[in-house]
Amino acid sequence: MAGLGSACLLVGLLTALYAAGASLYGARSGSRAAVVSGRRAIYCVAGLMVTATIVLQSAFLRSDFSFQLVAEGSSTDTPTFYKFTAMWATQDGSLLLWALLMSLFSSAVLFATRRSLRDIAPYATAVLAGIAAFFLLLMVAWENPFTTLAVAPVEGAGLNPLLRHPAMMIHPPMLYTGYVGFSIPFAFAIGALIVRQTGADWIRATRRFALIAWTFLGAGIMLGALWSYAELGWGGYWAWDPVENASLMPWLIGTAFIHSIMVQEKRGMLRIWNVSLIVTTFVLALLGTFLVRSGILDSIHAFGASTIGTQFLTFIAIVILGSTALIVSRLDDLRSEAKLDSLMSREAFFLVNNLVLVGLCVVIFWGTFFPLISEALSGNEASVGPPWFNRVTTPLALVLVALAAIGPVVPWRRASRSGLVRSFRLPLAVMAVTLVALLAFTNSADSPLALIMFCFVSLVLTVVTQELWRGTRARRTITGDPWPRALGQLIARNRRRYGGYLVHAGIAILFLGVAASSAFQDQKDVRLSPGESFKAGGYDITYVRPTAEVGRDTAGTGAPITFGAVLRARRGDEVKMLHPSRNFYPSQNLEAGPIGRFFEGEATSEVDVRWGLRRDLWTAVRPDIAELEPAIREANAKFTNSSDDIQAIVIAAIVQKYRNNAPPASFRAIDSPLVSWIWIGGAIMILGALIAIWPSPEARMRRVTSIYAARLGKELSQA
Amino acid sequence: MEYVLAVILLTALVTAIVLRPLVLGVGEDDRESVNREELEAAKEAKYREIRDAQLDFEMGKLSKEDHRAIDRELRAEAIEILKQLDVVDGETNPV
Repeated sequence: MAGLGSACLLVGLLTALYAAGASLYGARSGSRAAVVSGRRAIYCVAGLMVTATIVLQSAFLRSDFSFQLVAEGSSTDTPTFYKFTAMWATQDGSLLLWALLMSLFSSAVLFATRRSLRDIAPYATAVLAGIAAFFLLLMVAWENPFTTLAVAPVEGAGLNPLLRHPAMMIHPPMLYTGYVGFSIPFAFAIGALIVRQTGADWIRATRRFALIAWTFLGAGIMLGALWSYAELGWGGYWAWDPVENASLMPWLIGTAFIHSIMVQEKRGMLRIWNVSLIVTTFVLALLGTFLVRSGILDSIHAFGASTIGTQFLTFIAIVILGSTALIVSRLDDLRSEAKLDSLMSREAFFLVNNLVLVGLCVVIFWGTFFPLISEALSGNEASVGPPWFNRVTTPLALVLVALAAIGPVVPWRRASRSGLVRSFRLPLAVMAVTLVALLAFTNSADSPLALIMFCFVSLVLTVVTQELWRGTRARRTITGDPWPRALGQLIARNRRRYGGYLVHAGIAILFLGVAASSAFQDQKDVRLSPGESFKAGGYDITYVRPTAEVGRDTAGTGAPITFGAVLRARRGDEVKMLHPSRNFYPSQNLEAGPIGRFFEGEATSEVDVRWGLRRDLWTAVRPDIAELEPAIREANAKFTNSSDDIQAIVIAAIVQKYRNNAPPASFRAIDSPLVSWIWIGGAIMILGALIAIWPSPEARMRRVTSIYAARLGKELSQA
Repeated sequence: MEYVLAVILLTALVTAIVLRPLVLGVGEDDRESVNREELEAAKEAKYREIRDAQLDFEMGKLSKEDHRAIDRELRAEAIEILKQLDVVDGETNPV
């Protein structure tokens, strides 16, 4: 089967190159047949990538260790659920995932535009085919996921235990879908520039793909944060790690793009800005993929030293230089159709929002690449840490949240003074009441920046609620519908607008959680013996007893040994029993001995989090098993040649020894207020995006013939 | 051997699919239907703008004068698109 997989890659590469060539020939010669042939070639690449993925996934599910990738990234005892995800835990497998998603997205957009954008689409096809060819070339020439071993090992190395988490199953595909999705508007922007059709047609055709990409990338980032919080054992959700930043940067510029294309659609403005934004977004998406692969920056996520860093860098350089040259050569075609009517207009605020988002991206880029910059300039690798990132990004985040409140209430073109007063009166009043209430009843004043964020969040939520209420009231005035129906109709008829507002509300709620949990969390690191206690936030926590078990991995990750603790947390009358633990996975290092290898492999924290709308109590334990070493050494010497059953009994006895006489263990406990609202806000954000993406009834084709003005009125009253 | 056989079979399959339009042709150039689709998209976008402005007015964000001016401009642009659509329809379905 590996032969079939490799054949799919080679034929896929040749087909992608053909697609690029046929599309370019068709575009230049006017041959429709060549253009259609090129488009069909992209469909074929998609079919080949689906086949290749099925071949590789079936090898993982069968534990076919003749595949090098399976031997290195899976094992017979890896749970089936995680065997399925192991493909994208490896570098070669994630390249195949990129190519698969790329070909599927390309096929979808080319099918959707098969009867439109006749001039732009062939060039876009060539660009998409070129990108697909690059990833296929990487696999064919350097990182073939179908490489086989001359002698298949009996057992595989197993999936990295840190990746055995449900969020990790969908986090990478989500991120990659986001990265890949932005290649669609990028390709059509390049096509539009080549044929000098720089109006809004390419935006209308690809806007939904940009939104899908943005949604998936955002969801991927959220899942990554959730995984970090619930799996990594340090208690945070965002560490400003280079790979985290690499996914955030294209999302920020993508956010700017999604806002500014509305200005081009409605006013014909910001054309240079929009093509520049989408080029930047795509370059950052490539950079994100490159950072994970290159190993040039230290990251807990990176795949380490890679053989394809240079190729990625070369491709990124080609994209930057080619796109920049094209934009510069088309500056005359990119002139705006209109000018800004007023600074108090939605387009003006979108421009400010764009500048803040780009500024945020620039500072994150600077901080992420500072180690490389400092090394290049001074010879010493210096880095900036989370405090630096928090300091420089917090003011910009505050401005963004404020803009999320202002944008929805300001109309396009120009706002009247009376309209602004009417729109802001209630939200500002609610914000003032929020400020007074927070100062009077909480300790928010201890963190002024968090206090300002809470006020801005109240502003956004009031604005969104008010918009929904006013819109529903206006609809009721026209239709006389009851309130729930009027609300539903309002949203259904204006999905982009109200989906967008819901996204704003989600972002605000997310920042509420970020501000509260960063400013007011209480973290304690202690080392305790059973029976001892400590305080974390409002909780009195007691180490009740140690736990040590064989084959009782409650998280279902396939860990044979689990050491942990039972904690009792008391806050007033509220009592919680917590069971943080640490899973131990067998090492493949034979020198550790037949018994020792079960204690010297990788270990992961299984944190116990008590989620709550008001606060989370997060606990982790690091058991000290050093005192078991003499017993392990002795068992290694005595039971080397014993049967597996005997060795299992010996391991259980050693584990029992820890349970009976545990040394002090290290604990981390965090009392973190409102952190759950980060995930709730993220979910609302995604729901809003889905509403905005969903096609509205008006998108359906209608053919009505009548006198134009009457026809216009009639058609507008429909849908 | 498996690899070579797979390459040959897949290449033959792909070649048959991608060369079909070149061998059998793709029918007559349907440029008008392409234009129609693009104009329909432009029309829907313009309608959306008119509805947005109407909603902004009904919600009190736009003054009556501003709304009237914006609405007049948008409707004129929409009528232009409708005229172009009728031209395309006339070319596609000549009476």
